[in-house]
Amino acid sequence: MKLLTHNMLTSHVKGVTKGYPLLIKATEVKMNEVEFNPQFVSRMIPKLEWSALVQAADELGQRQDLPGELVPDYEKNEDFLKKVHRLLLEVEVIEGCLQCPESGREFPISRGIPNMLLSEDEA
Amino acid sequence: MATTNSRSCLQYLLHLAHDNLDFRLPEIKALLALRGKKFQPIENFKEKSPFWCLDGLSEEDVRGIMARSVCAKSAFELWGHGQTHSELRTSLLNYPLEHMSPFMEKHSTYRINVYTFNKTLEFTDRIKKIDALDYLPFEGTVSLKSPQHVFCLLEDYGTDPNDIPDHPYYIYFGRWIGDGQRELIRSHSVKNRHFIGNTSMDAGLSFIMANHAKVKENDVVFDPFVGTGSLLVACSQFGAYVCGSDIDYNTIHGKGRSSRKNQKWRGPDENIRANLRQYGTENMYLDVMVSDASKPVWREAALFDAIITDPPYGIRESTRRTGSHKDTAKPADGFYMESHVPVSQAYHLSDIFTDLLNFSAHRLVMGERLVYWLPVYRPDYSEEMVPLHPCLRLISNSEQTLSSHTSRRLITMEKIKEPEAQFSGHGYRWHGGNIVRQYLHKCLIESNG
Repeated sequence: MKLLTHNMLTSHVKGVTKGYPLLIKATEVKMNEVEFNPQFVSRMIPKLEWSALVQAADELGQRQDLPGELVPDYEKNEDFLKKVHRLLLEVEVIEGCLQCPESGREFPISRGIPNMLLSEDEA
Repeated sequence: MATTNSRSCLQYLLHLAHDNLDFRLPEIKALLALRGKKFQPIENFKEKSPFWCLDGLSEEDVRGIMARSVCAKSAFELWGHGQTHSELRTSLLNYPLEHMSPFMEKHSTYRINVYTFNKTLEFTDRIKKIDALDYLPFEGTVSLKSPQHVFCLLEDYGTDPNDIPDHPYYIYFGRWIGDGQRELIRSHSVKNRHFIGNTSMDAGLSFIMANHAKVKENDVVFDPFVGTGSLLVACSQFGAYVCGSDIDYNTIHGKGRSSRKNQKWRGPDENIRANLRQYGTENMYLDVMVSDASKPVWREAALFDAIITDPPYGIRESTRRTGSHKDTAKPADGFYMESHVPVSQAYHLSDIFTDLLNFSAHRLVMGERLVYWLPVYRPDYSEEMVPLHPCLRLISNSEQTLSSHTSRRLITMEKIKEPEAQFSGHGYRWHGGNIVRQYLHKCLIESNG
């Protein structure tokens, strides 16, 4: 699971109102090289919840020197865009789970794929 | 008949493949819309004809369309046309010389092709037709192998293979600009794909869907019933980043029984990511997840530039939904093998579309599209059966016949309005739900019958 996807996911456990962002508990993380596309990264930045990305990066120990807030004029800042690209697309959680911050319910990730299915009584 | 001198007012001829007829116009319109252009046919436009003449475009526009279209075979700069060779000649002699001469210079090379729709012509007859064009001021030399300029004489002998006239109904002559992407149908054929399932979408239709959805480079595309990822393969080919989800754990993980005749179980390299890798678009792979489409796990924000999907019809793969408090009798897996179809299953089916439209209204970027297949029971079909939503405008509805009583329709909708607060979650209930429930029930019985 990539952090771009994680940034868009939220807990859908019944009754939960503060289900975002999901906490990441990773037991295996891989780095996977993906072609850098600055236009794509620039396009994605406005769609992100920046603090959730920072939190996820911290949880995975991948924060490095990512700023806590968006830098102005990021479209022209290739250095910054490369850092964001790496986090959004190249860091992959292979094994672990996503945890609802309110209910504690865990959604397993195996072979890089999250399983978000709820059982009947949880839905 | 071009009567102005402005280069941008030239007319172009599209030669379209004679299949998926209902899907062609929405595809070309969508590709034109991607370039901010409108579809402007010249007079006497016939949608069913394989030849369309368009106004208001530039050569770049035409090249842009041909770089994406799988419905269009070739495009030409239209120099003349008419019902007879005499009319064609008049038309060609009226075409401004300054538009012809750049392509007819003394030291250039060219060839003229003859194409006849719905008729086979002897080689000698082709030569005769080319010779009959000797009134055109060609100054270059003919090169059959590698000409700099290619021209084409196209003759339309109608659409009835059982009634082929001696003379064509209509004739066109133009300078060849480029070919469409029909080669993708062969290169991306499901037959050669690493990972397939019983319901993998055929390559041609996958690319048509991506075009109907106006997919473009750097888009984020989502398929909530992703199966083996055929639609994602097509979208990634057009430069979009792709993600999907499916309720079936085995399909998402690439496990379980193979759909291939001589193979029992799926191999380790059979999954959606491997399919993208096969075609060189693994860079565009975002994620796939195991998830119930009726219980979205995505934030309510404008996340997706396109939602493209083939929802389960309950026909070949089983239709499943977790934890519904509405159904009392859950059908067993493999229910579709039996002739009795519980109404609760049809109820779920109409919910799929309501949920899909709601999901799209909340998570599509404004102005962007949802494209999906709707199963149809033909004897009862009317336009009322097409689900509606106040935030989505219906753009097109193209039918693919499956049997005498069933077909499916490719529906394209565009987001025109943000949902109001009360529409959050499952708020909006499409009023047509009851009619569709009974009607889809019939679809299921018919398909299993």
